[in-house]
Amino acid sequence: MSDAHTHDAKKHIKIYVIVFVALALLTAVTVMVASLEHSVTLAVSVALFIAVVKGSLVAGYFMHLISERKAIYSLLILTGILFVALLFLPLAALFDQQGVAHVS
Amino acid sequence: MEIPYNVTVRPDTGLYNAKLGIWLFLASEVMLFGALFSSYILLRVAAPEWPMGHTILNVPLATLNTLVLISSSITMVMSWAALKMKKFSAFKMWMGLTFLLGVGFLIIKSFEYGAKFAHHLYPSENTFMAIYFTLTGLHGLHVIGGMIVNGYLWGPGSKMWKTEPERFTNRVEVAGLYWHFVDLVWIFLFPVLYLL
Amino acid sequence: MSNSADAAAPYHVTHAGHHEPGFWQKYVFSQDHKIIGVQYAVTSLLFLFFGFCLMMIMRWQLAFPGRPVPLIGSLLGEASAPGGILSPEFYNSLGAMHGTIMVFLGVVPLAVGAFGNYVVPLQIGAPDMAFPKLNMMSYWLYVPGGLIMLASFFAPGGAANSGWTAYPPLSDIATTGQTMWLLGMVFLISSSLLGSVNFITTILQLRAKGLTFMRLPFFVWAQLVTAFLLLLAFPPLEAAGVLQLMDRLAGTSFFLPSGLVVAGQALGVSGGGSPLLWQHLFWFLAHPEVYVLILPALGIVAEIIANNTRKPLFGYRSMVYATIFLGFMSFLVWAHHMFLTGMGTAINTFFQTTTMIISIPSVIILSALFLSLWGGSIRFTTPMLFALGFLPMFGIGGLTGLPLGLSATDIPLHDTYYVIGHFHYVVAPGTILALFAGIYYWFPKVTGRKMNDRLGKMHFWGTIIFMNVVFMPMFIQGLAGVSRRLYDGGAQYAHAAPVLEWNLVMSIGAWMLAVAQIPFVVNFFRSIWKGERVTDGNTWSATTLEWSAAPSPPVAHGNFAVVPTVYRGPYEYSVPGASAGFIPQNVQEKG
Repeated sequence: MSDAHTHDAKKHIKIYVIVFVALALLTAVTVMVASLEHSVTLAVSVALFIAVVKGSLVAGYFMHLISERKAIYSLLILTGILFVALLFLPLAALFDQQGVAHVS
Repeated sequence: MEIPYNVTVRPDTGLYNAKLGIWLFLASEVMLFGALFSSYILLRVAAPEWPMGHTILNVPLATLNTLVLISSSITMVMSWAALKMKKFSAFKMWMGLTFLLGVGFLIIKSFEYGAKFAHHLYPSENTFMAIYFTLTGLHGLHVIGGMIVNGYLWGPGSKMWKTEPERFTNRVEVAGLYWHFVDLVWIFLFPVLYLL
Repeated sequence: MSNSADAAAPYHVTHAGHHEPGFWQKYVFSQDHKIIGVQYAVTSLLFLFFGFCLMMIMRWQLAFPGRPVPLIGSLLGEASAPGGILSPEFYNSLGAMHGTIMVFLGVVPLAVGAFGNYVVPLQIGAPDMAFPKLNMMSYWLYVPGGLIMLASFFAPGGAANSGWTAYPPLSDIATTGQTMWLLGMVFLISSSLLGSVNFITTILQLRAKGLTFMRLPFFVWAQLVTAFLLLLAFPPLEAAGVLQLMDRLAGTSFFLPSGLVVAGQALGVSGGGSPLLWQHLFWFLAHPEVYVLILPALGIVAEIIANNTRKPLFGYRSMVYATIFLGFMSFLVWAHHMFLTGMGTAINTFFQTTTMIISIPSVIILSALFLSLWGGSIRFTTPMLFALGFLPMFGIGGLTGLPLGLSATDIPLHDTYYVIGHFHYVVAPGTILALFAGIYYWFPKVTGRKMNDRLGKMHFWGTIIFMNVVFMPMFIQGLAGVSRRLYDGGAQYAHAAPVLEWNLVMSIGAWMLAVAQIPFVVNFFRSIWKGERVTDGNTWSATTLEWSAAPSPPVAHGNFAVVPTVYRGPYEYSVPGASAGFIPQNVQEKG
């Protein structure tokens, strides 16, 4: 039993190292892209996109989400939906504001 | 009296109790930081003007801190992998490194904050500084919390390896999940606050 | 400790190396869910009583504005009540603290901390909650939170007086009591978060063998969904609380707009903040919070109705799906509390639509409970009286919510007494009636003795009649345009004059409601020592595990002498062809 565990762990370690290198590289890319002169929208989009990729790597491999159980997935999907609601509904309310000079 | 499925996995859910517990806690943390990100978005969108983060904040230091946290994440997962391979001394080394990297993060952070205060840039200065200090401050508190747990597991808590190795391994896994989450939050905090 | 035999008996009582814990470990810092449940019950009942007293003082002012409060007027202090007459600021603190204490220190700790903690592990056949230490910590975070709230009355400037809703900018610039309110909330929210992690893990992981999800008592489903609401909705309020603390203590302007002038002077802060940001974050919690207030009550009522009609619940499956859907939707309706904040028609329409949608599952659940009575062999026990009384009261509360949930009709009703009437109907003759039902129902399980029936019936009739006397006239006043949170009850406004007389009626109703609780208090304490002993652990001939598999009171360590296995659904009463009138969940043969 311990042999299978050891073998599994060794395979995983290889993946961890690859993920680490990817994370470091992506960090460097984020900083480099941000320092180039771009419109705010583009900068936001690229930075957030890379952040999502990095986050997915940490969640998927370091936190083992990629092989996790349905209960955890369902919990996270539910949380994700509510997170999006919390992030964007107040913003929508702000844009729909009446009688105030429109926000930039 | 023993609580079932503390160590062994319950067949139909495939989880042991603490693993479900920590993911539930992390879900609540997503909502906590989500609320702060939502506040950031609202305050920024409604503001007539908003500074670009890199004009005020120290990007090189924060980039270094990002690398520090990412490294601490891999050392953390390595410490758990070491326990799975029954290598206790390797665990001690990796967990010790994780703790030290956490210390490093906090030291760099204190330099950052110190520099701000030296320039009289307090939270009360404007809403950008306010949300910056609140977001990074709360994140920092979470780092400290994680370090306390990690320190305990490296030190007095590691005695459990001799009596209940599987339960101890689970504890390290659960602490790891929390620690990775703290790294995850920073992965989003960094570009949002510093680069945009 | 062996795990291989876990299939049949995943746990067993072990005595090897078991040392008897001392007094503090056993009764004060107990990790036993039953003791913690009792701790929560006692503490929350005391807070409910205190919150009730605050309201009775307020009602004096409303009935007799400007007259000194009798008996205790002088005790309130010259700062709060000069000459025994409530100052407007003190009236506002009474109002803010009444709401805060009733919701966060009274009802939820009783419904979830007491009933949930005590009953859920028993109903699922578990030896305790999944995380006993965390459970203990939950209670011991609740207590300091509550004490901070109480202590705030003695702060300079008195307790928080910006409403339980704590809207900025007022709350940002309010006196010290508001800071204590925020600190108290941080403790209470933390307590709640630990508790919800515990409940969900327990229900998912510690169900007895054979107890599938669709065999769970409805009470457990209600507590499960409630725990999810608490888990995911409270953190934004915690964040908002931190932001408000920063505003008050660190000079930030999260909620302070630019150019704010207070008492003729410009406020020396950076500005640029948004009061609406607080409202969004607050209501993101506070709307799911109201479902936290009602779901455990629906759970209790469902158990008691099934038991006292001697038939299964009508539409159990629909009730479960409705509850899950209700829980999910509850996160998407919050801005119906903000219809008058200047949001446009698009957003108003969105939230009004989700609010109308959420009324559907509520109606499904209430209808199922009403329909459960049809063809039943109804036993009018004291718990059943309270459960039956709950149904129409919750109906009134729910129906009066409809004009509030529709944006256009909310315009004249927002912030009037109509709103106060609506939410009190759901919580007071609603949830609190259900909680009383639960106390009478589970008292024999906890103590091994029954409460007195005659006193119980007196309590029931007095309570339901006077609750209606207190809250029904509020709709009349609200429709006439009387605003809420007026320290003189509307006396200064001409449009309130025709309905002002109701203030006296409601106040007398409130004081009579207090008198009606006397039989309950007497009954409760007398029965603990002198109540009729239950001969059979299953006092009510119930089917669920807490009754059928555990003695009354349950086994101190581990709850069950023999770990139950579940073979059937939760409400097998009057099964055709069965030899007995009911078949408990842990009984194998059909009989």
